[in-house]
Parts: sequence; structure tokens; C-alpha cells
Amino acid sequence: MQENSQHNVLSIEKSVPGRRALRFEKAEKAANAYLPTQFLREKAPRLPEMSELDIVRHFTNLSRLNYCLDSHFYPLGSCTMKYNPKAYDVLSNLDGFASLHPFAPQVAAQGTLELLYNLQELLKEITGLACFTLQPAAGAHGELTGILTAKAYFQAKGQHQRTEVIVPDTAHGTNPATSHMAGYQVVNIKSGADGCVDKEALQKALSDKTAVVMLTIPNTVGLFEKDICEIADMVHKAGALLYMDGANFNALIGVAKPASFGVDMMHLNLHKTFAAPHGGGGPGSGPVGVAAHLAEFLPKPLVEKKDGLFVFNENMPHSLGKMKTFYGNLAVCLRAYCFLRQYDADTLRQVAQQAVLNANYVRVALKEYFPAFFDRVCMHECVLTLQKEKMNGIRTADIAKRLLDYGFYAPTIYFPLIVPEAMMIEPTETENKESLDRFIEAMKSIFQEIVQNPALVHDAPHQQPVGRIDEVSAAREPNLHW
Amino acid sequence: MFISNTAENEKEMLQKIGISSVKDLFKDISPDLLYPALNLPPALTEQALHAHIKELAAKNTKMLNFIGAGCEEHFIPSAVNALSQRGEFLTAYTPYQAEASQGTLQTIYEFQSSICALFGMEVCSASHYDGATALAEACAAAQRVNNRKKILYSAALHPHYKEVLHTYLKNVPEISLQEVPLKNGITDGEKLKELLTDDTACFAAAGPNFLGQLEPMAEWSALAHEAGALFVAVVHPLGLGILQTPGEYGADFAVAEGQCLGNAMHFGGPGLGIFTCKQAYVRQVPGRIVGIAKDKKGQRSFVLTLQAREQHIRREKAASNICSNQALCALNALIYLTLLGPQGIQEVASLNVAHAHELKDLLLQDGHKVKFDGPFYNEFVLELNRPACEVIEKLAAQGISAGFDLGRVCESLKNCLLVCVTETKTKQDLQTYVNALRGC
Repeated sequence: MQENSQHNVLSIEKSVPGRRALRFEKAEKAANAYLPTQFLREKAPRLPEMSELDIVRHFTNLSRLNYCLDSHFYPLGSCTMKYNPKAYDVLSNLDGFASLHPFAPQVAAQGTLELLYNLQELLKEITGLACFTLQPAAGAHGELTGILTAKAYFQAKGQHQRTEVIVPDTAHGTNPATSHMAGYQVVNIKSGADGCVDKEALQKALSDKTAVVMLTIPNTVGLFEKDICEIADMVHKAGALLYMDGANFNALIGVAKPASFGVDMMHLNLHKTFAAPHGGGGPGSGPVGVAAHLAEFLPKPLVEKKDGLFVFNENMPHSLGKMKTFYGNLAVCLRAYCFLRQYDADTLRQVAQQAVLNANYVRVALKEYFPAFFDRVCMHECVLTLQKEKMNGIRTADIAKRLLDYGFYAPTIYFPLIVPEAMMIEPTETENKESLDRFIEAMKSIFQEIVQNPALVHDAPHQQPVGRIDEVSAAREPNLHW
Repeated sequence: MFISNTAENEKEMLQKIGISSVKDLFKDISPDLLYPALNLPPALTEQALHAHIKELAAKNTKMLNFIGAGCEEHFIPSAVNALSQRGEFLTAYTPYQAEASQGTLQTIYEFQSSICALFGMEVCSASHYDGATALAEACAAAQRVNNRKKILYSAALHPHYKEVLHTYLKNVPEISLQEVPLKNGITDGEKLKELLTDDTACFAAAGPNFLGQLEPMAEWSALAHEAGALFVAVVHPLGLGILQTPGEYGADFAVAEGQCLGNAMHFGGPGLGIFTCKQAYVRQVPGRIVGIAKDKKGQRSFVLTLQAREQHIRREKAASNICSNQALCALNALIYLTLLGPQGIQEVASLNVAHAHELKDLLLQDGHKVKFDGPFYNEFVLELNRPACEVIEKLAAQGISAGFDLGRVCESLKNCLLVCVTETKTKQDLQTYVNALRGC
């Protein structure tokens, strides 16, 4: 407990002048023997001075303040917090991979290049798309890669009048932000009463100015676009491309191939569907797959197989350019490759099926308490809302905080924007019925608390290292460093 | 594999839902799209997976590495991975629920603080993808600050950074990009003066630059400011253990590749984009920032803040589309900097300078020439009497990565090799390099 009472003490506050952890040999000559003083800093940086043991305790104790997947059910919707197998941690850190320089001679990098090539082949197979790049560093980075690929394609075709990207109002915020970064006008369309694309609204928005329609499939209310093939036809008839945000691919993996829907391009999130850990916010990886006619516009280089060797092909005259310094987040790609190699055609299908089963089980079990906004079968996640008249003024944010006290991380809340007081719950396939039952019981219990003792929920959390945080207090006079 | 429900579980759950088969849950998908044939290899057990992946790892050759060029080999203390690989850090996500994420949040705050101290800057974000994307975002941010149209950059930026800068900004209407040429391996100051005009949004330069040379960043900063433009610096974070800081020379934005701080090379990814700026520009920062807040008991706590810049709030009006960042790499960097402390970082940076200069001196004694004679940190350009690619191939056969072939980016430098020496290289390694070069 003594350590815990120090939970918010900064390393710099534990610093004692002259205390050391790591030491290095001394350079024979000091830097000023080689460099003119105007190039040198005046005084040492204000970093903590601690022993190695102090540092190990500092970070170990900080880590214990986190809820994480290894310790808690983490039903954060749209984030696919599935189990991250320990084997992949070990394998992705093997020295043969970790100590390889990106400019090492390609003959010395055949293992890594072969693995990347194999991963591309597997992603092509499960999506049906013709070509993949593993370069993008995250999902949003993949979106930008995809939209810029489309831009390069239309420029090559001389269709400069295509200046718009259509995005439904249920989209992740990254979709409109990406389109704007790529220099496109964003056209928002309202969803239909069933939570899916309103085809009339889409038809009205489509024109010869449309470059791309971006859709998340299944969409962010957890529903499959049932008329997707018809929608793809509408998009293609307008001469535009259909982009699929693959953040929710866990619902479809092994069950359906996006290429068969008429999707022209998509990104995948290897840190979601493919079991790579989220690392407290990253690194992720957002490979982009495209139909054959778009492949030459992807960022360079691509990994190819040539005369028995795996090589980077830099010779891509129509490529959109480079998206990052080096080719992709390899350590993340490695884990995704491990994931895919542990499933075959039959078992991969089970991933999506069990993820969808788990989400529907939660939806049905909580129906009387927190009903689904769209009362129908959902895919890998369910979006619940509040029965306002029974809530005694309690809001979704309060329920989220109270869940922490019950030992569960909170669902994604207030998203998608079209659902009032939204709670988006994504259990994933790696949770079992017992763990879902505990979550369901907790939610029911919170419902009872709301009825009987709303203050308990309103003031939650009660059992965390800190009480409810006043977020506004941070923005008032921002303190962003020591 | 990692599916947890048993057949019995499944039966009970289906019953609760009121359906007879899991397939009933996929009725929204047209039957002709469902269950396509999948040509996948047989599933591997964990044991077989280990064997397969180790076999691939063994197909990479361990080299005595003298390549830098944006990704460097450094000693990583054991405590870095031992701590950052803890499941509590590794398997948590973005700390949206701050009360259950104080560990991650405090480490991000400490990361921001350590980088601000090292850089002498006022604001640091939680992280960006890598050095190149951080630079592109910094130039875009600078442009939004003063709304001028032209972005100038030094020809001595990393060639991949230049390419990413173009990828990101060529699509933004009305922005133009222009390169400032070099003289003797650094930005040509006279040309820079000519090109800095009243429509210049910012000038971006790297010190040390791609050719390893230190640039007079203070002078460039002053010139940019005289023209009313902002100065964007690309710096070497480990080098800042000894080198003049962007804060000292008045940079408005300073970005870097942070891989060298406790992160393995991993074929170039994941890297760590470091993004810093002056306080005045905090609302232009892309991505997450952590600040200090109070909980309802008045306790100090940590929280994501200033979120009105971000895509999930602002959508198409956001400063950037970034969502996932490189948090775990930032954690590695933080643990590394904490282990080094103010003394240690100076020692490592000094070793880099000393070892690189020792190799240069040994090569000069052996009759070799260096291309540029300006001050450098841990990288220099060796001028050979034949194409660098030939030498690289010969040394590769002896297990040595000789350096980066500058002919790949500039025809006139095809005989030039960019050589990087870090603290990892012993005197014997340096001698091995000299001998290998002598023999070819």
C-alpha cells in the first residue's frame, strides 16, 4: 500500500542528484574535442536521476494502475480487444527480426521479406483483393493511403473533377478527417432508419464529382450493409470507387470476402482483427488491399518475389509516393502473420462466428435493461442505449465509470453519434460465456443501482486509484510537462 | 485456437438468443457471398509456429552494421523491454477511461516531459508514426498557423522524409513545396535567403542532416524568422544529449525519429515519431496529448486533453486524422531516457561522436577520403574510388553492412557511402571495417 500511496508521484519527483542507473564507458575524448561549442547544448536536460531498482518499481507500479486485456474484460467497441497470444510477443521480438536494419542488403533480409510476402498473400486470400501494401502504420494511416491511391488513380485517368468523398454520418471520425487531409470535400449523408446506408441519400449525393464512397462494413452500429452489392453498383455507375473501412473485419473474417461485395479498396487493422496488442494506443498496422486496376498506384515499394528472391520493387512510376520512412510496422505484421498461420479455412470462420455469437448473447441478455438501439441481430458488436425514463438522470458516462468498479473496462461510449447515449460493446471471440455472464450481471446490477441509488453510479468510480476526473480542469490551463 | 466457448456454451447461448445455429446470425449477408472457398495453409500448433517463425528469422543474416540513414543500432538496456512488455502496458488500449488507465497516462505525461526537457521545447505530443510523418504534420501545422502558401525544405533532409512530405502535402490545395539546394553538404544559406519570401510558411531543415553534417540551425532559424516564416527542425534525439537543442535555436516545431531511444530497428518499424512545438501552437498539434487534471477529491491525476483538435470530435475539421499512435515505442523511449538520466545520455551521445570520429580518422590514415569536412555527429560520408554499391556487396559477403549507398538518391554521389558508428561498435569492430575496406 505504501507504493500505492505514491501512485501519482512523477519520476522527476523521485530524482536525487547524482543517483545513477545505467552507466556507459567513458569516451576517450569529450564531445567538445570534436565539435565547435556553438553546436553543443548549454546544460544537461532535466531528466530524473534514479537507481535502476527505483525505475523498475516506478514503472511496475504504474503498470498496475492500468486495466488491460490480460487482467480484465475490455469490451471497447470498434477496437476488437481480443487476446494477444504470448507466443507472438516472443516470436516478434526474435533477434533475427529485431536487429535487422531497413537498408540491410536484401540478401541479408530474406526472412523478413519472405514473411511480409506471405502475409500479403494471406490477406489477399481472405479479402479477395488483388494486391496489398503493408506500409501504413495504423488504420487511419491506411485510410489516407487508400484515399491517396484513389486520387492517384483518378489523376492518371484525367478525372480531376472528382473532388468529393461521401461518408455516412455513422462513420469513424477518421474517415472525414482522412478525406480532408487528402484534399477532398467531405459529403456527409444521413443513415436510414434501419441504421444502414440510405440509398436514396447516397444516390442524391453521387455525381461525377464523387471520387470515393467510404463505408465501414459492418457499420458502426454493428450491422451489415445488407444491400452492399447494390450500393457498390451505384457507386461504380457514378464512376467512383468504393472504400471499405475494415476496422470491423472481425465480423467477416473467413465468412465473406469484401472483394465479392464490390469493394475496390480497404484497410485492415492488424492490431484489431489479427490479435496484435494495442500497446496503450499503438503501434498499430493498417495494410491496404486494392483491386487489380489500382495496384500500380499504391505507395512504393511493394514486396515481390523475383527469381526465387524476395525484393522491394521501387520501380512504380504511378505510385502515390511514400507514406512513411520505412516499409510498415514489421513487428506488428509479424504478429498478424503468426495469427493467420494458427488458423485454417474452417477455424478462421469460427473467429467471426464466435465474435458475432458473443455480441448477440450480450445484446439479448441486456435487452430489458439497456436495449439495443436497433433491435435486431447484430454482427460482432452491439450498440446499446438508455431507457431515459428509468435512468434517474444517470448518463452513459456514469455507467462506464461504474463498470470500472465492477472490474470491467468500459465499452466505447457516445459513438456512433447517431445513437443517443450509445454504449458500443464488442466482446470478441476470445471471451467465453462465463466472462460474458459476469459482465451481464454487472450491467444488471448497475441498472438496479440506477433505480435504487443513482448517486452511487453518478459519483463512480469509487474503487479506482483516482476518483472521477474533471477533464475540463486539464484543458483550462494545460499542464503538459514537468 | 483462442476461441473460448465450448460446444455446450454455444448451445446455451443460441438458446438464449432464440436461434438454432450460429449461421442464423449471418442472414443479413446474401448467401452467395457467404462461406467462400479459402485456400489457406494448415493451421500450426504453437510448437510448429515457433519452429516456422524461427526458421524465417534464421534466413535473415546478422551483420556487423554500419548503416544509419534514419534507423540506428543502439544498445537497449534489459529493463526497457522487461517493463514495457508487461501485459498491463502492452494489452491496454488508448486511455479513454482515465480512472482505469492512470499508468499509461502518467507514462505519456512523463514521456512528453522528458522529450520537452531533451529538446528544450514547450509542447510534445503523445507520439506520431515516425520521423517522416511527424515532419509532414509539422509543416502542415506551420502552414495552418500563418496561412502562407510555400513550404521550403532543405535538400539535405532524409530522402524518404522528402517523399512523405510530398505525399502528404501535394494534395492540399494551394500549398507549394520547394527545395533549397546544398553547398558543401549543408543547406546553401545564400539560396535560402533568396527563397525565403513573404509567402513562405516555413523552412524545414535537419541537423544533423541526412549526410551526417551538422547544420547552423541557429542561423537558419533566424533567417526564417526574419522572413516571417516558421522554422521546423528535424533533430537527432539521442544526439541532443550533447547537441544544441531546437529550443535553444528557437525552432517553432521540432520533430524526430525516436527509434534510437530504446527501440529495436525491426527493419524500420515500428518507429517513433516525436512531435514538439512552442506553446503558442498547441492547438495545431496532431493526435493525443496528456495533461494534468484533478479528480473530484482534488488529487492530481492524468487525462487526455485538448481533444477538440482530434478527429473523433472535429471530424473533417480535425488537425489530423491520426488515431492509433506509437504509444508503446514512446514508453520504450521514456524508460530508456529514465535509465540514462542527464549524465547517461551525455555519455552515450559522446560515445557516438567519439567512435564515429575514430573510424573516420582510421580511414583517413588508410588513405581514404571523406566527402564533406564540416562537423558531424555519428555519421559521415566516405568517398570511394568506385561505386559504393560494389563495396557494399563485397563487404556484405563478409558479414558487414558497410553503409548506405548515396548513389541510390543522387547520381553524383554514387561513389559515396554514408557510414554510421554508434556506441555499439568496439575498437575491434572499427578495425574489422578498416581491414575489410582495405581488402577490396
